[in-house]
Amino acid sequence: MRPVIQVSGVRKSYGKTVAVAEASFEVNEGEIFGLIGPNGAGKTTTMECIEGLRKPDRGSIAVLALDPFRDVYKLQNRIGVQLQQAQLQKRIKVWEAVDLWASLYKKKTADGDRLLEQLGLTDKRNAWFMNLSGGQKQRLFIALALINDPEVVFLDELTTGLDPQSRHAIWDLVRGIRERGKTVFLTTHLMEEAEKLCDRVAIMEHGLIIDIDTPANLVLRHCPERTVVLEVSDSGTADRATERFKTIPGVVSVERNGNQLTICGSGDLVTEVIHCLSENRVRVTDFRAILPNLEDVFLKLTGRSIRE
Amino acid sequence: MLRGLGKLTWIEIKIFMREPLGAIGTIVVPVLVFVLVGRAISSKAQAPSMSSFARVGLPVMVTILIVISTVLSLVTIISIYREGGILKRLRATPLRPQTILSAHVLVKLLLTVTSLFLMFLAGRRYIPPGVHPPIVSFTIALAFSTLSLLSIGFLIASIVPTARFAQPIGAVVLYPMVGFSGLFVPVASFPPALRVLAHLSPMNYAVNLLQGIWIGDPWSAHLADVAALVAFFLLFTALSAKIFRWE
Repeated sequence: MRPVIQVSGVRKSYGKTVAVAEASFEVNEGEIFGLIGPNGAGKTTTMECIEGLRKPDRGSIAVLALDPFRDVYKLQNRIGVQLQQAQLQKRIKVWEAVDLWASLYKKKTADGDRLLEQLGLTDKRNAWFMNLSGGQKQRLFIALALINDPEVVFLDELTTGLDPQSRHAIWDLVRGIRERGKTVFLTTHLMEEAEKLCDRVAIMEHGLIIDIDTPANLVLRHCPERTVVLEVSDSGTADRATERFKTIPGVVSVERNGNQLTICGSGDLVTEVIHCLSENRVRVTDFRAILPNLEDVFLKLTGRSIRE
Repeated sequence: MLRGLGKLTWIEIKIFMREPLGAIGTIVVPVLVFVLVGRAISSKAQAPSMSSFARVGLPVMVTILIVISTVLSLVTIISIYREGGILKRLRATPLRPQTILSAHVLVKLLLTVTSLFLMFLAGRRYIPPGVHPPIVSFTIALAFSTLSLLSIGFLIASIVPTARFAQPIGAVVLYPMVGFSGLFVPVASFPPALRVLAHLSPMNYAVNLLQGIWIGDPWSAHLADVAALVAFFLLFTALSAKIFRWE
């Protein structure tokens, strides 16, 4: 895979505020790459530098082998952009926006009507922008980002403020973009979004990239611990099981609360616990495995929750 | 370079027509002023002191009102577009900044010309007999004046951060200019300090040009006014290009 975006040593400050202290990473062709972190981490600034909307103070950026600031018009013909909190003219109609955008590009553009259909906006063709719901506006912005059949699509916080149903619909759309061979670069502060959607993520905090990998590898590397919570029917069984679990290699602790047991450990804990249960013919009335996710990785790496 | 200009201009015209207050406020009000004041004056008929104002002052005053409301509406639109992130969104396309601003200038010029045309149409009978204003020349003079004053609008829109303040600040800057533009009292009779101030404002040249063309002066008599208006346009456009912020 060849990298379509190369960012190296980028720094950007506004006056005395350092928005991006140092960012270096590459985005490969055909992947969904997510820049994740809390609000104010420097994600949007990083993205806008890559889009050519801002000039970094230091460092170099190449997108499709172009300098995004110097060759901004050349680049804008080949990329699609959805900005955070963007608006259109209040009384512009949906089809007019699509028609206008389609007229701006030198190359042959995607079929606007088909895009609207794919995005479920066909019956909103004649609606004014101001009368669209949040989800509809967001879908229109995605349509505008795709109108020039771009090679790289930039999506900044695209599901913020949407209800879960619209969010899932938009995730499907983004996967569809990847299936057509495009590269997607997105930012999000929703860990679930990053986990479900991204092939690789870069974690950003205070203007620095802390780590980059696939979501699964990040979890494996930073949060190897596993937890199993189970319940048995009587206290005799609970006593017996507690003793057995303590002998499993890798188990760190077994906590007992009535007939409920919480087993913490690392490695292949879940299989080991199941094996132990069946070997000792212990019947359980409840069984849950708690696996860490990106949210836990973030907490571990930064010492704070991303929601704070 | 100006890819998208035609389509953007056409869309902006349609959007403007969909804005009920915008269209009524900027077109209907100046025309109404002309008709009402014109009727009041013509009912007093032949009073000689009045007829001079009816002949030249009133149409030029209303024309200036048209220009000012146009400039204010540009200031408002630009600041709303910036505040709402519309400018930023347009900028993230191959649209050139010049194209976006040119589209708005075209819409505004069209608006002033339409208002002027309506003024002629509605107020024809209040134009005293014996006056045959050269419509084409007057329209061109109007376009010059509008362009020059629009550049002040750009400057104001560049400086004023929010839409809420843009329009009142624009009004505070523009309306006093009419006071010492020579429309009511000739500039020559001003005290020296005020005279300097008058010469520093494009409004003075706009009024001069419009009055002259209205009463049938040849363009050659007003080259200085045209030159001043063009100079102001270039100066303010260059200034606002320097300080203009897209977000």
